[in-house]
Amino acid sequence: MSSKRIFVVDVDLCVGCQCCMFACNRRFGEAGLSKSAIHVRSAGGVERGFVVTVCRACLNPPCLKVCPVDALTLRKGGGVILNASKCIGCGNCVEACSIKAVFWDKETNKPIICTHCGYCVNFCPYGVLTLKTVEEEFE
Amino acid sequence: MIKDDPIQNVLYVDLSRRRFWVEKYPELFEKYFGGTGVAINLLHKECPKNIDPLSPENPIIFAVGQFNGLFPLASKTVAMFKSPLTGNLGESHCGGRSSIAIRMAGYGAIIIKGSSETPIYLTIDENGVKFRDASVLWGMGSYTVGRIIRELEIGAGVRTIMRIGPAGENLVSYACVITETYRHFGRLGLGAVFGSKKLKAVVILGKRSIKPKNSKIYRKIYNEIFDKATKLPLMRKYHELGTAMNVNPLNELGCLPTKNLSTTRFEDAEKISGEIFAQKYLGRRVACAHCPVSCIHLAALREPYKNEPYFYKTKMVSYDYEPIYALGSMLGIGSVEKILKLMDEVETLGLDAMSTGVVLAWTTEMWEKGMISEKETKNLKFNWGDHETYIKAVRLIVKQPNEFYRALAKGVEVAALKFGGLDFALAFGGNEMPGYHTGPATHVGYLTGSRHSHLDSAGYSLDEKTVKEKLNPKMVGETLFEEEAWRQILSSLVVCFFARGVYKPEIVVKALSVVGYDLKIEDLKRIGEKILKLKYLFKVREGFNLEKLRIPRRIFEVPTPHGYIVEEFIREAVKVYKEKIESLPEN
Repeated sequence: MSSKRIFVVDVDLCVGCQCCMFACNRRFGEAGLSKSAIHVRSAGGVERGFVVTVCRACLNPPCLKVCPVDALTLRKGGGVILNASKCIGCGNCVEACSIKAVFWDKETNKPIICTHCGYCVNFCPYGVLTLKTVEEEFE
Repeated sequence: MIKDDPIQNVLYVDLSRRRFWVEKYPELFEKYFGGTGVAINLLHKECPKNIDPLSPENPIIFAVGQFNGLFPLASKTVAMFKSPLTGNLGESHCGGRSSIAIRMAGYGAIIIKGSSETPIYLTIDENGVKFRDASVLWGMGSYTVGRIIRELEIGAGVRTIMRIGPAGENLVSYACVITETYRHFGRLGLGAVFGSKKLKAVVILGKRSIKPKNSKIYRKIYNEIFDKATKLPLMRKYHELGTAMNVNPLNELGCLPTKNLSTTRFEDAEKISGEIFAQKYLGRRVACAHCPVSCIHLAALREPYKNEPYFYKTKMVSYDYEPIYALGSMLGIGSVEKILKLMDEVETLGLDAMSTGVVLAWTTEMWEKGMISEKETKNLKFNWGDHETYIKAVRLIVKQPNEFYRALAKGVEVAALKFGGLDFALAFGGNEMPGYHTGPATHVGYLTGSRHSHLDSAGYSLDEKTVKEKLNPKMVGETLFEEEAWRQILSSLVVCFFARGVYKPEIVVKALSVVGYDLKIEDLKRIGEKILKLKYLFKVREGFNLEKLRIPRRIFEVPTPHGYIVEEFIREAVKVYKEKIESLPEN
């Protein structure tokens, strides 16, 4: 059994309230958006629905491959773990992520990496997000 | 206030000189929280006495509050300006992403002064303002402007795009400002003030954070509010049918203004009920930023192209109770599809749906009574339920080809003063009537409310709660005053009024402790009264007089669940309210 990760269950359930973005930021005790590892925007106007951008916990993540200082290591269950003390803030990982799910913390000048803690899931009132293992997802 | 909270930054924008600067107002935000409380102080300071609301001197003030970005359902921005519709206090609240964008860009308020010689739009972020040419955008409808700017500018997801349609450009006194395609600074004519400054749009974006002192307590209180908001049955209603749920009950109770309030029961009410809207047309529900309720209802209107078989367009049109009343029952339109078509036109042009509906309803009655002819109407024949004529008429209100439409563009009261029919011109304090003829309290609220809005003091709610009781003027005047004073606290923080059942005084006190306040409910009441008084003083400064308010005779001619309304009752209740507000100290 691998570790749990976040899944976007059905993006059409999303109403664009962005409570997940604010939740992610509160993990650090802060209100606002600057440290959020999840992003919700409209798909070109709210009438067209929303795009939820969050780490999909790749098993072979492109972000990891381009880190020149091995600050990113493979996370059990997919995705990566950031060792902030090693990170030099080059931003390669942001560029490498094909779905643009690596965000940037302007304050620390380092990437914001989703840890798949699932805090955001608790604040999604419409069941767009869920936290489970890959095995559970495909059962 | 949280130490060093960027909310104290007030961004000034001078359109005439194309300059901007930031001034800090820590005491003001400490004392009044933000929103309405701060905006009214800034309006007193920035708006010279007796100016023309459409002159460059009129400031546009956007203010957010300390709860925006911190707590859920604190999702509104307060706009203040001198109203071109009423000639005194212009105050309008809007959701969408507006408040989060302003807060996250690091401002507590934005003040736009002066006017541009050529069409302009602004992009505002934490670094300040960019002045962008809007010549190409001028003349465009509200949807198109949004689509274009969305592509031109960065910040998808963390920005607001405020814009006006042709109604604002042509200075219609009740033109609105639209954000996120479906939310509005709807009432009292902010759109015309934008237009007078040649300001087509304002984009604001940002992604900051704010650090409360004690993050554990912050998260605990946050969770308490969030839980309440997602579990309260009332909030569910806003989410499920939305405000449109009111159509059926108000009709059954006999308070749904119909055909210019010639009656309060609409024979086709069931056909335009919230249930029918939801079952047959609801295409999507969306939310304002940081609000889990998602009360915004978008109807999918599928229309065939006339000359092309099997070719359709599907437009999304936002609906709520008030537009259904104003552009539906008030005009005798008993078909959802026809209402949606009219709503869509009103949205494209950027008119306030409520004022527009009341203006058209008055016009129809004038036509019926033979008080206007084809000469005035430019050959339009106004009949209840004829949505196609109404669509043509709103275009003419924006174009203003003759004196009649120029008058209509200034509101129903101006039009009636010129063309007659004042007795059935349904405006209160110069603002067109909301959709409740529930009893005396609602009308006292329209008259006394500082915005002449049903949401100032919710008189309709007092009427509804007391249907089987006998109301007295003293109780009505006092209750509405207290309710309005309390709401100043919510609109200073700035919490959506729909969340008033969640943000009870005890909760507000608790949440305020997170941002460093040690206040009691009594203290809040006093601050609320003070803000209300400041608003009243601004109105009086600009010539407002509670005693001289016109009351349209029509409201006395049509019964309510409380029976016929008596003028003496209304005057007496207004007097009680006046005594209450005037007895408050001036500073």
